[in-house]
Amino acid sequence: MLIKFFNDPERLWKLVTLLTSGVGTTCAIFALTLLLSAPLGILAALARMSKHTAVRGPVIFYIYIMRSTPLMLQIVCFYYLLPQLLPFRANPFGTVIFAFVINYAAYFAEIFRGGIQAIPVGQREAGHVLGYERTQVFMRIILPQAIKNVMPAVTNEVITLVKDTALASTVAITEIMIIAKQQVSVSSSVEPFLLAMILYMILNGIAGQFCKLAEKRLGYY
Amino acid sequence: MLTADHITKHYGHLCVINNLSLCIAKGEVVAIIGPSGSGKSTLLRCLNQLEKIDDGTIALDGMFLCRSAEGRAQYTQAAILRKITLRMGMVFQSYHLFPHMNVITNITDAPIHVKRMPAAKALKLGKELLERVGLSDKAQAYPHQLSGGQAQRVAIARALCMEPEILCFDEPTSALDPEITNEVLSVIRDLAKEQMTMLVVTHEMGFAREVSHRIIFMENGGIVEQGSPASVFSSANPRTRQFIGF
Ligand SMILES: Nc1ncnc2c1ncn2[C@@H]1O[C@H](COP(=O)(O)OP(=O)(O)OP(=O)(O)O)[C@@H](O)[C@H]1O
Ligand SMILES: [Mg+2]
Repeated sequence: MLIKFFNDPERLWKLVTLLTSGVGTTCAIFALTLLLSAPLGILAALARMSKHTAVRGPVIFYIYIMRSTPLMLQIVCFYYLLPQLLPFRANPFGTVIFAFVINYAAYFAEIFRGGIQAIPVGQREAGHVLGYERTQVFMRIILPQAIKNVMPAVTNEVITLVKDTALASTVAITEIMIIAKQQVSVSSSVEPFLLAMILYMILNGIAGQFCKLAEKRLGYY
Repeated sequence: MLTADHITKHYGHLCVINNLSLCIAKGEVVAIIGPSGSGKSTLLRCLNQLEKIDDGTIALDGMFLCRSAEGRAQYTQAAILRKITLRMGMVFQSYHLFPHMNVITNITDAPIHVKRMPAAKALKLGKELLERVGLSDKAQAYPHQLSGGQAQRVAIARALCMEPEILCFDEPTSALDPEITNEVLSVIRDLAKEQMTMLVVTHEMGFAREVSHRIIFMENGGIVEQGSPASVFSSANPRTRQFIGF
């Protein structure tokens, strides 16, 4: 078993094309999760800091569930539960995205809460005496500074997310991981896994570059 | 113009402002002095709506911020509170410039987004103000590139760009080296010449004496004595004499 193709360029190339056909789905899971969970995380952070217990309490509970149970378990749970709870037919991909988004939003909520709380109260007070309304204080003064504060932690989440997309394979979403598994079992060699590793490394290399760029652009002050 | 009538403020059981009354006339420069913990900052913060008072009445030009009723300060509706905020300005000891905005944006952002001043007009006014505080060349700089004295002057320009009718200062020079204290004080001095109404908490006795029309000596949340600089500096009150050091 094990290494069979490395001296057979043709089969190797076929394997590469097969695996890269999953890159689109992997990237879609990644991008949708990031784009939806980050703003949701900011909202959850605000709710988490609310002075009303009725708002704060449920959010604390939600964050606790999301962070204390395995994401894989959450994915399968939603995969079987959501179609039964929803009046319309939920497609599998949508269900998985939902699970990813609400999981990552919980992590982002805690990250943003830290980033917001790290901003000196003087900033908020200076905004108030200048007449900014509460939402303006948040959008124009607090959030831009919070985003800079959380960038290193967000970079970590981004890198973890690239790898976590592989969990979608547990519910038969055709992304890189599932193709690799299938190819390993058909070919009884580990090369598909090794190639998948290289693919994830490339994806994370790109994601990391973007994060670095973002950090650099936020580093103007 | 600005009146506070029998105001009281507690932090828990600690009474920080104790039945204090105060009236500031248009164009008047009032200096507040007093030992640490006497409630000077708290008084300014209450007047600027950063804290709520427990009891008493505060009004600006007949517009009531809050009124005493049934032993409590009843605050008016948000729209009026906001109107009052827009007519008052405040400068903090540690400047609180917005670090993510350059100097000119720090100054013009509120006029543009709060007052809805046309951007061109705000920019023109902002540049004039920067010139007035002697920092024309710093318009594009970020706050972390400024010295303390420069930052405080920008903070003053930022407050002025909202065109407040009354400007409060909470120890504007206490975070500064003695040598650069004067660059901030001279800006305040110029404002006094232009008849800006100001309420200045300060430890700079010489400055208080020179610039203010009236000095208020506070202790334990109350006013011990107030009057013209000449009268306060030659006060017969032993506590005042002890604090001023005569
Ligand atoms: N947020 C707060 N919570 C509890 N106590 C407070 C708070 N802010 C101020 N105090 C207390 O209120 C009292 C008055 O404080 P304040 O800051 O108004 O004094 P101050 O006259 O400005 O003093 P300083 O000259 O040191 O600035 C102090 O005893 C202080 O400890
Ligand atoms: Mg103080």
